[in-house]
Amino acid sequence: MPMFGDLYADRRFRLSFWILVLLVTLAALSFFSPYDPTRWLQVPRNQPPSWPHILGTTSKGQDVLWEATFAIRNSLVVAIIAGVVSRIIATLIGMTAGYKGGLIDRVLMSVSDGMLVIPLFLVLILLASLLRGRLNPVNLGLLLALFGWAWDARTIRSQILSLREREFTYTAILSGMRTLRLIFREYLPFVIPLILSTFIGNMAWAISLEVTLAILGLTNLDIPTLGTSLHWAMSYQALLLGYFWWVMTPVALAVLLISGLYWLSVSLSEYLDPRTRFQRIGVK
Amino acid sequence: MRFVQQYLLPRLIQYILVVFCGITAVFFITRLAPKDPVLEILNQLQTWGRAMNPEALERTAQALRELYGLEGTLAKQYLLLWRRIFTLDFGPSLFQFPTPVLELIRIYFPWTAFLFFTTTLIQWILGNLLGGISGYLAEKRWSKILETALTLVRPLPHYLVGLLFLILLGYVWQVFPVGRGFLFGKGASFNWSFFVEVLRHSFLPALTTILLGGAMWFQQMKLLAQNIKREAFVEYAKSSGVSEYRIVTRYIIPNAMLPQVTQLALMVGQVFGGMLIIEIVFSYPGMGTLLYNAIIKGDYNLIMAITTLSILFISTVVLCVDLLYPLFDPRIRYR
Repeated sequence: MPMFGDLYADRRFRLSFWILVLLVTLAALSFFSPYDPTRWLQVPRNQPPSWPHILGTTSKGQDVLWEATFAIRNSLVVAIIAGVVSRIIATLIGMTAGYKGGLIDRVLMSVSDGMLVIPLFLVLILLASLLRGRLNPVNLGLLLALFGWAWDARTIRSQILSLREREFTYTAILSGMRTLRLIFREYLPFVIPLILSTFIGNMAWAISLEVTLAILGLTNLDIPTLGTSLHWAMSYQALLLGYFWWVMTPVALAVLLISGLYWLSVSLSEYLDPRTRFQRIGVK
Repeated sequence: MRFVQQYLLPRLIQYILVVFCGITAVFFITRLAPKDPVLEILNQLQTWGRAMNPEALERTAQALRELYGLEGTLAKQYLLLWRRIFTLDFGPSLFQFPTPVLELIRIYFPWTAFLFFTTTLIQWILGNLLGGISGYLAEKRWSKILETALTLVRPLPHYLVGLLFLILLGYVWQVFPVGRGFLFGKGASFNWSFFVEVLRHSFLPALTTILLGGAMWFQQMKLLAQNIKREAFVEYAKSSGVSEYRIVTRYIIPNAMLPQVTQLALMVGQVFGGMLIIEIVFSYPGMGTLLYNAIIKGDYNLIMAITTLSILFISTVVLCVDLLYPLFDPRIRYR
């Protein structure tokens, strides 16, 4: 795979790639966990890191390391659902607005501008506080997807706008290609790189919102995610009591996961953007 | 006159549309949610062991519905919401019962407004200045280090960065207070020491907000500056011996400013939301902390009021930024 090789030459890509491999491995370990993540008091409480509890135990009587493996897995589930569904919405809206133009374009774009201007976070809080406790990872992912498409729909629209004026569009229309076929066969290949790099950026966004909503106690707190783990640590005053292993594990994992995804998306979008690509290779 | 027609009027119409759609969306979102806030409270009362006969239960439900503005048909409720916004009367708060919601907001809002305006201004100016300079001198070592450091911080959620600062500068190295807006048990007074105390308490929340927001402006400005640097007029200025200082301040930054002002209008809402979270981390006495308490207590009126008023506030700020735009763009001013 030459593309992977090119990407791998980028230091940021290398670093984020291995961080993500490590975290996905940890998430996969959750399938072999000796403990049930939802049950309390399975191990001695408040133990500092030592064998066999490598990262210590919590005041809830759970092993921090095994709990963290479930947390990563569930946070990834939220992120992937939010990413996939919001990509579908963004692509549909961006393509329709860009291709149809006119009134439809204006309406769709003012809706997405409205979503950008309004403090979305507050609307999410309002919604989550009404759904409190029902927000398992799947529902939360869907909810975030409803709010995460506006910016990327704009990007896709502007891409389509420029494609619409190209020669091959006219050729296709004149030779009788149907609109849907034109969009899927001719335009989609141009848009796919954009969808891919915004997908990863959107995953990072979803994870950080999950953390925030969980800390406010607005998601289902029985299901371990990076956010709910931190929520329990904070509400048991782990910080004041000095159980730093309990607080720092979800914090460190969330920082690693979010930065890993973010760098990956930055590195990917730079790779896919021809201007910066030339700059990197050294061609003037 | 043409300015009014071509620039001012569309902006005003857009402002009214955004406020209208935003508040309508909030209304329908709360109605679509599967939970009824009235039943929620009744459940709570009953789990606390307060036995009620059916008649009293019905009366309580009725009273709560009236308090929450949930009486009558959907259309009537919708009109009531707008009346509440225009009269600024959101009914009593539940978590400090007879106190009207507006009273609470009036106490907490100035803190948020103070933090919001100062940090937004500082992060925008600082980010743009540093980004502009560092974009022009992109080959310099410090510029690369600064960019890497800010890319590390940029994607992190506000809560985590705030928490890390709190741990490092509040607990480990105790230089800053770990919460509230001023010393506990001391009333507000207008003298120097109170002012210093307020600044000391708002330093960490402000630092977190400025760092996270500034990183965003820095990155965008750096990209813009790097592109402008390659334009012919900059090359020309350089070869005719214009000083580097003058190139950055007169050629690069003013040209990159315009998209950044547009960005400011688009990002204000996100910046505001992030700041509310940071307030919660440091229990700074602003709208964020008020919102947090309202969530914990399930105070429906208060959450509704904070959300709708914030939408109004942010849309107004966006409108102001839009109206300031001609100051930066001579093309609009002289059209």
